[in-house]
Amino acid sequence: MTILSNLISGISLGSIYAIIALGYTMVYGIAKMLNFAHGDVIMVGGYLCFCTTSYLGWHPLPAVLLAIVGCTVLGIVVERLAYKPLRSAPSLAVLITAIGVSYFLQNAALLLWGSDPKVFPAFFSFSGQSGVALLGGQLNITYVAMITVTVCLVIMLALTTFTGHTKMGKAMRAVSEDKGAAQLMGIDVNFTISMTFAIGSGLAAIAGVLLCSTYPTLMPTTGSMPGIKAFTAAVFGGIGSTPGALLGGLLLGVIQIFAQAYVSTQLSDAIVFAVLIVVLLVKPTGLLGRQVREKV
Amino acid sequence: MSVILSVENLNVSYGSIHAVKGISFDVNEGEIVTLIGANGAGKSTTLNTISGLLRSKNGSVTFMGENLGRVPPHKIVSRGMALVPEGRRVFLQMTVQENLEMGAYTKGSAGIPADLEKVYGQFPRLKERRRQVAGTLSGGEQQMLAMGRALMSHPRLLMLDEPSMGLAPILVEQIFEIIRKLHKAGSTILLVEQNAQMALSIADRGYVLETGKIVTTGPSGELLASPAIKKAYLGG
Repeated sequence: MTILSNLISGISLGSIYAIIALGYTMVYGIAKMLNFAHGDVIMVGGYLCFCTTSYLGWHPLPAVLLAIVGCTVLGIVVERLAYKPLRSAPSLAVLITAIGVSYFLQNAALLLWGSDPKVFPAFFSFSGQSGVALLGGQLNITYVAMITVTVCLVIMLALTTFTGHTKMGKAMRAVSEDKGAAQLMGIDVNFTISMTFAIGSGLAAIAGVLLCSTYPTLMPTTGSMPGIKAFTAAVFGGIGSTPGALLGGLLLGVIQIFAQAYVSTQLSDAIVFAVLIVVLLVKPTGLLGRQVREKV
Repeated sequence: MSVILSVENLNVSYGSIHAVKGISFDVNEGEIVTLIGANGAGKSTTLNTISGLLRSKNGSVTFMGENLGRVPPHKIVSRGMALVPEGRRVFLQMTVQENLEMGAYTKGSAGIPADLEKVYGQFPRLKERRRQVAGTLSGGEQQMLAMGRALMSHPRLLMLDEPSMGLAPILVEQIFEIIRKLHKAGSTILLVEQNAQMALSIADRGYVLETGKIVTTGPSGELLASPAIKKAYLGG
């Protein structure tokens, strides 16, 4: 039974990674940049939700919505101020800027909210129970886990529909393939990039709430490790690929929880990254990534 | 005949390379005008600048009476010009139909089904392959797709950059036949070609570019007959 319960924790954690990884993958696909500040947007989402519920006594639902809106705006502003001026700069400059934005957000959070960990409120308990007990109490599935997995699947379906069937979504795919040709079609490339950051950051807020609900300690550095793990998941699944982000996230979550349970808690992160290295050695484009041909 | 495109004293640079050095030319409504010249003469740079992909250093591009210098690049297509870029640049991971829909991006969705049928009528091969991703098409089919995609925006001026590039001779004939048909149907066309013989055979007028400057201009017949042009561009 512990295997099953570990598997469920793994899938739940993996779903959070997948939602974060989507943000990495979408932004990479469109802007061809790694937004290393993405993980810190998760943390901001967590704090926004924490403040409105704990200090202002809001109901969780408007609090989550506010966190989504806040992170969406944050994503647009960061892209506009930090990344847009570097649109034609070398990718190394953009990468360093992203790391700078990451430190900026962490330190701004430190200034605003202090370094002492906050305990994130438990939203997902109904009539005093945090989950349902199955098989005579041997298997306990938390509501958080159920909601996390459901939210992840809904987001995946919604995004797949969006990119496959809406005008804006198709325009995004066109921009990610060839910015110049997309512009020739009359697509506003800058607006499309801005929209991608907005969606990715909104998803990060959702991931932040889910992450803090699963592991209820909130600190200015809360987002950085899950951010790196999700980046790993995106690369693992094949960066730029939406199903890849889902697959990579789920696998990473399961591997991490199993490593913690059956090998060593201290070594679990090392094992996660070792798996990434092995996958990249065997399949450099990631599990579902496709070979990108360089244009001459 | 009214002038629909007028380029005056256009200068374009890539960093320190001065690729287009003060060229001026016009295209009249209903004409096929061709810019010919060797590789690196500045032909593609000129088209890319007109369509907003590149910015000019100075000089002006006037399209249907409006100076395009202040129009944001993505709004140029809605003014009524479409470019079929060099190397086709279709969206390889999108289906044929999605590529065509992208061509109509600036149009309301109401007219799209009728326009799709029209393009499929012109290019029956595309209709057969409408659900295939463009990456699986042959070079000739991709060229047709790029042309169809441009036509979806109902351009007043269609600009074609090296439509014959990389295609087998039989396909080149086909593509030029399509250009001829489009012209007959009333399209105004600005054609850039390295294949000067083919280009001059369908164009009304031509401009010859050499290292960023226009060196000769005239009706196609005259250019075809000129000994200097023959020697430099027509292989004898």
